[in-house]
Amino acid sequence: MHAEEKLTYETWPAEPEKSTLEAKNKFLGFWLFLGGETVLFASLFATYLSLKDKVPNTSQPLAKDLFELPLTFVATMLLLTSSLTSVYAIYHMKNFAFKKMMVWLGLTALLGFGFLGLEVYEFNHYVHLGHKFTSSAFGSAFYTLVGFHGAHVAFGLAWCLSLMFRNAKRGLNLYNAPKFYVFSLYWHFIDVVWVFIFTVVYLMGMVG
Amino acid sequence: MSTYAQKKGFGATLWDFLTTVDHKKIAILYLIAGGFFFLIGGIEAVFIRIQLAVPNNDFVSAGAFNEIITMHGTTMIFLAAMPLVFAFMNAVMPLQIGARDVAFPYVNALGFWLFFFGGIFLNLSWFLGGAPDAGWTSYASLAIHSKGHGVDFYVLGLQISGLGTLIGGINFLVTIINMRAPGMTYMRMPLFTWTTFVTSALILFAFPPLTVGLVLMMFDRLFGANFFEVAQGGNTVIWEHLFWIFGHPEVYILILPAFGIFSEIFAMFSRKRLFGYSSMVFATVLIGFLGFMVWAHHMFTTGLGPVANAIFAVATMAIGVPTGIKIFNWLFTMWGGSVKFTTPMHYAFAFIPTFVMGGVTGIMLASAAADYQYHDTYFVVAHFHYVIVGGVVLALLAGTHLYWPKMFGTMLNETMGKITFWTFFIGFHMTFFIQHFLGLWGMPRRVFTYLPGQGFETSNMISSIGAAFMSVGVIVLLINIIVTSVKNVRVGNDPWGDGRTLEWSIPSPPPFYNFKQLPLVRGLDAYWIEKMEGKKEMTPAEPLGDIHMPNSSFLPFTTSLGLFIAAFGAMYHVDDKGWALPVLFIGLLVTFGSMLLRSVKDDHGFHIHKEELMNEDDNKGVKA
Amino acid sequence: MKRLANWRLFSLFAIVALVLSGCGKPYLSTLTPAGEVADIQYDLMGLSTIIMVGVIIVVMLVFVIVFFRFRRKDDRIPKQVEGSHKLEIIWTVIPILLLLVLAVPTVSATFKLADVKTMDDKNSKAVVVNVRSHLYWWDFEYPKQKIVTSQELVVPTDEKVYFSLKSMDVKHSFWIPAVGGKLDTNTDNINKFWLEFDAEKSNEAGNLFYGKCAELCGPSHALMDFKVKAMSKDDFNAWVKDMQSVKAPEKAQTALAQQGQDIFNKSCIGCHAVTPENKMPETARIAPNLSNFGERSRVAGILDHNKEEVKNWIRNPETYKPGNTMTGKYPQMTEDQLNALAEYLMGLKVQD
Repeated sequence: MHAEEKLTYETWPAEPEKSTLEAKNKFLGFWLFLGGETVLFASLFATYLSLKDKVPNTSQPLAKDLFELPLTFVATMLLLTSSLTSVYAIYHMKNFAFKKMMVWLGLTALLGFGFLGLEVYEFNHYVHLGHKFTSSAFGSAFYTLVGFHGAHVAFGLAWCLSLMFRNAKRGLNLYNAPKFYVFSLYWHFIDVVWVFIFTVVYLMGMVG
Repeated sequence: MSTYAQKKGFGATLWDFLTTVDHKKIAILYLIAGGFFFLIGGIEAVFIRIQLAVPNNDFVSAGAFNEIITMHGTTMIFLAAMPLVFAFMNAVMPLQIGARDVAFPYVNALGFWLFFFGGIFLNLSWFLGGAPDAGWTSYASLAIHSKGHGVDFYVLGLQISGLGTLIGGINFLVTIINMRAPGMTYMRMPLFTWTTFVTSALILFAFPPLTVGLVLMMFDRLFGANFFEVAQGGNTVIWEHLFWIFGHPEVYILILPAFGIFSEIFAMFSRKRLFGYSSMVFATVLIGFLGFMVWAHHMFTTGLGPVANAIFAVATMAIGVPTGIKIFNWLFTMWGGSVKFTTPMHYAFAFIPTFVMGGVTGIMLASAAADYQYHDTYFVVAHFHYVIVGGVVLALLAGTHLYWPKMFGTMLNETMGKITFWTFFIGFHMTFFIQHFLGLWGMPRRVFTYLPGQGFETSNMISSIGAAFMSVGVIVLLINIIVTSVKNVRVGNDPWGDGRTLEWSIPSPPPFYNFKQLPLVRGLDAYWIEKMEGKKEMTPAEPLGDIHMPNSSFLPFTTSLGLFIAAFGAMYHVDDKGWALPVLFIGLLVTFGSMLLRSVKDDHGFHIHKEELMNEDDNKGVKA
Repeated sequence: MKRLANWRLFSLFAIVALVLSGCGKPYLSTLTPAGEVADIQYDLMGLSTIIMVGVIIVVMLVFVIVFFRFRRKDDRIPKQVEGSHKLEIIWTVIPILLLLVLAVPTVSATFKLADVKTMDDKNSKAVVVNVRSHLYWWDFEYPKQKIVTSQELVVPTDEKVYFSLKSMDVKHSFWIPAVGGKLDTNTDNINKFWLEFDAEKSNEAGNLFYGKCAELCGPSHALMDFKVKAMSKDDFNAWVKDMQSVKAPEKAQTALAQQGQDIFNKSCIGCHAVTPENKMPETARIAPNLSNFGERSRVAGILDHNKEEVKNWIRNPETYKPGNTMTGKYPQMTEDQLNALAEYLMGLKVQD
């Protein structure tokens, strides 16, 4: 099958994300890329854990003074739900239902923006409590780890929107189907990373 | 295609190379850029040896010396050895697996330009206030303490070129997994392809820790973070861990492709199948795997405690086993063979004792308690030069002679090749053998001078004379390249006459689509099997048909250029320069803009039609 | 290709020549071990060298046979051998056994050298030295004896001396090659280890060992040398007593020295202490303690110990140790002032 072919519901393959050589390459290459990203985040986690609560003086807040469950719980829910909506989007992509896919992708993006908004609010809040990027090693490590994740979310949103706008008028084909699929992989990955951040940074942070 | 290219003017050729996504042209770009940086690193090495030839020398100042050793190490590892390895991977690996191209031609080009701009950025430090001076390991306390922008150049330059290496690694992995010709099973892949595969996996998992380490240091130096500021709760040992979690696999990233090149050479010029092929593959994978478990042997004296030191000592020794397997397999590949001592074979043959020497000192270093004596002395300098020069550089020189006809369609001169070999090889042992003893006699490494009366004088002088020999070897190689290019005697498919793998079954240089028809692979050493049955070329696995090829693109260049520009902005914004932040944003805009453009602009590539391929056949008949 | 064999032969001669030329200087070389730690390490080196030379001999044997027997003489195609399980098992198992032979003593030595339990024992009489490394000089504090000296470590022989290491600026590494391997002085934490100085071997080395910084620490990394005076326990105790008895700065003996002391008190004492008491916290000891300067063997760790070099050093330390922290911290001195200072400094002695 060629990427440019015009397809119908009947001729649409079961696995559009892997039906051309280019698509197969993209699929595999992206999985490998995520493997590299895993090591990247693992390194950031290790750095965070060894610098957690390392502050120059006692006047600075520690993890247990900062983190509150309600805020991070809502953020977690937003991101987890966005992962679910992206699953629906891909489900419709596989069924050649372009409009429905776009709707679910739109929802995914909205939830993503919600998450990012909460994160901005949260960071702002911490800064006012004296927990800054430049104030301690703990601060540097916290903002680097969580901020790296936030930057990934922001990049994902830009990616999602540019995919949606670019393909808004022309519907699905085997050239752009793998692109949507790979985006959803990325989005799930960000979600998984967040689950670890939620556990390691926030839950373990609140315990002390 | 090549004759067509020759007719083009200089501007058109330049544009062709700036926009190419052809793995063979990218290989040439890597070879030229890597070769250029190799010369720069070599000049730095010569300066080091001049400075140390006599005690209390003042050829260069103490500060300049530290810049030179830092840049020598960084350049040789990141900007010379790795790109040169990538050059051969690009030139040969897709041909060896019978592929028309790599999986991601665009990413391949992007990888090159990222490396190139990173390398240029790093080297511009010489002209912009001084090079980095904290050693290639750039240990955090010293790097944070270092004045000026030198270390910033290191951090940003390596970050950019590291990204290029990472995506290059992903590209090779996917290529090998998805693009093999019919019949090319994993256990029929030539060993160089196998080592490319394992190396790429190492790159994928080893470069992210470096990326993180560099980010932390960038944040500390440029954006006020406190990762390594002890007074603010920071910890400098984190850098050591991150650096060596990357740094040790990096050694294998370099040496495994070298093993691959030598494996090809031993089999070819002994006219024998590689002895113990499956155990060679197994050993390669095992070395790659163990390579991640031993990083702390670089930190035996950091004070991690006896438990960590003992574990890492034993793990390190374990790597000696698969390496030993390889040495004996190579020896027994030659055993019973018909060994022809061509220039590449000179290098391969000399590699064995040289590398064994580097290997055994590696085992000595693995003995943690004894390492307290060796660590950070000239013994270590001698050891890793035996491994990296005696292994990697010998392989790169061998590969240059071996694959030159495949890449350029003309053979390097054999006599001059052997002159290069002998001067380089003798010079190498003269320079580095004695350094083992200097270390044991108490000379620390990275010293800009030494006082008289400590027994270091004679040996240092011998070492410096050796460096001169090595320089002569490199100069002869350059002359050889020029002479060969001017003469430009064309050669056929299999100029060495002993080719075993697929790359020797197609013209030199290959047409831009590599294989007109994908070959059918019937076993290990696919081309050799056909030759033994009296055939001249591979049996095709498909009928002649249209070939799909990717379009050229200028975007890899602009994407990389954007980061290059942004790096200046990031670096100078600490000096409160008004233009710095705008430059940072413009640079990032160029990069992300290029990425967006790439994303939204459909690129379906183009097709070479069957008829054109048939016409080319006829034309070839006329030209020949 | 004959030349290859000749070259091998030549390098063999070179090795022999080197061995005959000696094992380096007895006060500096790791090959002239002068204490228990260096002995352990020397034995490990020996063991690993023997094993490794064995490996090299086997490889070279096959190598040479291949070289002479299997050169291409005709156009025949050799038999395509796949491999040999028997051989492959041999060269997998034997190296494993060899490595075990090396691994066992390595592990045991590693634990032995890291055994510093005595340091935590409050009642122990063992000598402990707090080593603090600074950009290009070394500070040695004896916490039990409550004294501080710099640049020249003084230790008793024939007993374990314990070290607690830390850096005050960038990472350095503390190394006395002839007496034992190095340990880094980190900025983040304290590292601990022990060394033992053999009396007889110390004597052979002139009782003065060379110490080095082994971690790149800036421009003058190469010049961050220190010296170690090893002496019998009695002499050491006497030295400690002498040091402890200096409560006030040594009185200048001559008029010129008196003049020098005045200059010193005006321009130098802000950084350099001239009493050996460890009254100041370690972070405040920002320059070498000069209490017993007159009894040391080097100026600034590297220059000959005489008045001329003292004057040279003070005149322009930057030329001798680029990047040092002393340059520019004091006013320019005239020749007369330098003479006076040198006179005063060389007279700073604690042992009478």
